[in-house]
Amino acid sequence: MLTFTIRRLILAIPTLLFISLVIFLLLELAPGDPMAQVPLTVPPEVKEKMRLALGLGEPGYVRFWKWLVQFFWIEPQVLIDHYFGTAFSEGKLRVISWQHRAPVMDVVVQRLPQTMWVVGMSYVVGILIALPIGIYSAYRQYSVFDQAGTFITMIGYSIPPFFTGPLVIVIFSVQLGWFPFIYDTTHKVTDWDSFIYQLRQMIMPVMVLALQTTAQISRYMRASMLDNLNQDYVRTARAKGLSERVVVLVHVLRNSMIPVVTVIALGLPAIFGGAIITEQIFSVNGIGAQLIGAIQANDLPTVQTLTFMFAFLIVFFNLIADVLYGILDPRIRYD
Amino acid sequence: MTELSNPQPATPPRSQWVDVWHQFKAHKGALLGGVIFIVIVLGVFIGPWLWPYDSQFIDIRARNQGPSWAHPFGTDQLGRDTLARMMAGGQTSISVGLTAMLLALGLGSFIGITAGFFKRLDGPLMRLTDLFLALPILPLLLVMMLLFREPLSAAVGPERGIFILIVVAIGITSWMPTARIVRGDVLALKEREFILAARSIGTPNSRMITRHILPNVLSPIMVSATLGIANAIITESALSFLGLGFPPDFPTWGRLLNDATQYLQDYPERVFWPGLAISLTVLSVNYLGDGLRDALDPRIRGR
Repeated sequence: MLTFTIRRLILAIPTLLFISLVIFLLLELAPGDPMAQVPLTVPPEVKEKMRLALGLGEPGYVRFWKWLVQFFWIEPQVLIDHYFGTAFSEGKLRVISWQHRAPVMDVVVQRLPQTMWVVGMSYVVGILIALPIGIYSAYRQYSVFDQAGTFITMIGYSIPPFFTGPLVIVIFSVQLGWFPFIYDTTHKVTDWDSFIYQLRQMIMPVMVLALQTTAQISRYMRASMLDNLNQDYVRTARAKGLSERVVVLVHVLRNSMIPVVTVIALGLPAIFGGAIITEQIFSVNGIGAQLIGAIQANDLPTVQTLTFMFAFLIVFFNLIADVLYGILDPRIRYD
Repeated sequence: MTELSNPQPATPPRSQWVDVWHQFKAHKGALLGGVIFIVIVLGVFIGPWLWPYDSQFIDIRARNQGPSWAHPFGTDQLGRDTLARMMAGGQTSISVGLTAMLLALGLGSFIGITAGFFKRLDGPLMRLTDLFLALPILPLLLVMMLLFREPLSAAVGPERGIFILIVVAIGITSWMPTARIVRGDVLALKEREFILAARSIGTPNSRMITRHILPNVLSPIMVSATLGIANAIITESALSFLGLGFPPDFPTWGRLLNDATQYLQDYPERVFWPGLAISLTVLSVNYLGDGLRDALDPRIRGR
């Protein structure tokens, strides 16, 4: 298992390098001009100097190498400096955003908590709703609850978040006026009232994202439970007089959770992708909104860094899912 | 001698597709989904011939109207008929969905069959698939849309340029699941006796693939086709919704939804129709796929 993990970790490095190269080449091929926003009155030689100041004078491979060094070597040093007060990154050039001339990672660190709160909460809520639905509808297969549950998860699976988002805004904000429909990112939780406000403004984005998660995971949970409920060991457990509760919730559930846990790990990066849209709908000022803003402003370093971070999440959670599968299921041997 | 008493079967042998149809009919949701999908496609493509209003016709005096007999879905901020715009938008959305699905399916089947059939290509092609699976799809699509929109619009005209761009972008980022499923099936098929028999009589590789492999992997391909349509329609709508899809005056369902969210406070009912159209199409296609999966699986069929 350990050798497998190490091998996968080593294999992840060329994958990540290749992905960063693909993103870089895509941005390199692009005809977009970062100087397009500069007024026409600025003379061309000044524009040329501004271009050089952004580091656009060098050939592509030099800039790619610089980005790699900045992202993988200098940024971790900054992180270490921040936590331990050392001075490794003193005077070294970081990945600078063209949009606001500040290090990209600083902006990311500012915005990440917003995304993490909304996305993380929605994922937890989605899983907590999905598991009981999946378990019960498998236990009572073809019952009314199962039929309704399957239908609702199919709907949740099919309705995109950019429809459910405006829909819940119309119903709960415009008609009923229960929740605010713009997420206030400057809001600080200090006392009970502000905590309630934070809760109220989080409910809608979290529920919209959670609907997707719930739909997917409860389908997997149901299928996995159904696979296990007809196994011999379940009959054995019942035959030796265990209560129905123990049979289902201990014996069957533990075995059914194996594939579901990996699905949960695999789905996390996709949820971050879906958060891009949800953040746009509810005006959450997270990294998804940052990516959209950077794309529209032709801010290539930010786009490169953020897209790569999404790719990193995917590779990382794929790795976690593979390793978890091996740990949880003793039948699976990778060596 | 009893087993020889009835030498001729009473009914002619049924073909595989008759069996599939019988199983498919038993799945009520799938049948309903298929009917709804066909109704939506027909309504969207034939409807404009019957409906008196053009989607681009501006009647500024009739703007922002609610539902009435003249305009069952109301009118928008320029007085354009929403039903006509929904039909025009549906044409684009469904065309994008179908074309992108065909592209992804073609690519996925080609790579899956090549990887499964030729052992030497298996490793590299599957590593390529893994790499593509690790790409962050939505951010990359957004980047591609932004970067290549201008040059393509200049080259082949704004609408067609964006159409090609969206279809190609969705196609090359969604072929991987098909390739994986097809490869797995081809690998299993290669061990079967009829492949050995075909090889022993000297069938060349090209005919082996077209005559023996391809018809046998058709069922997973068909199932992923239905899922591909749903995926492509959602992705196109998401791009249009984020304002990075088709140009503003060119209706698609996602674009209409995006336009409607800007008037959310004054006319909240406007988000309903495009959202319903997207959801209903995707839901019907998903049910269709569910039924097809059951109908095409010989282990379930006949039960």
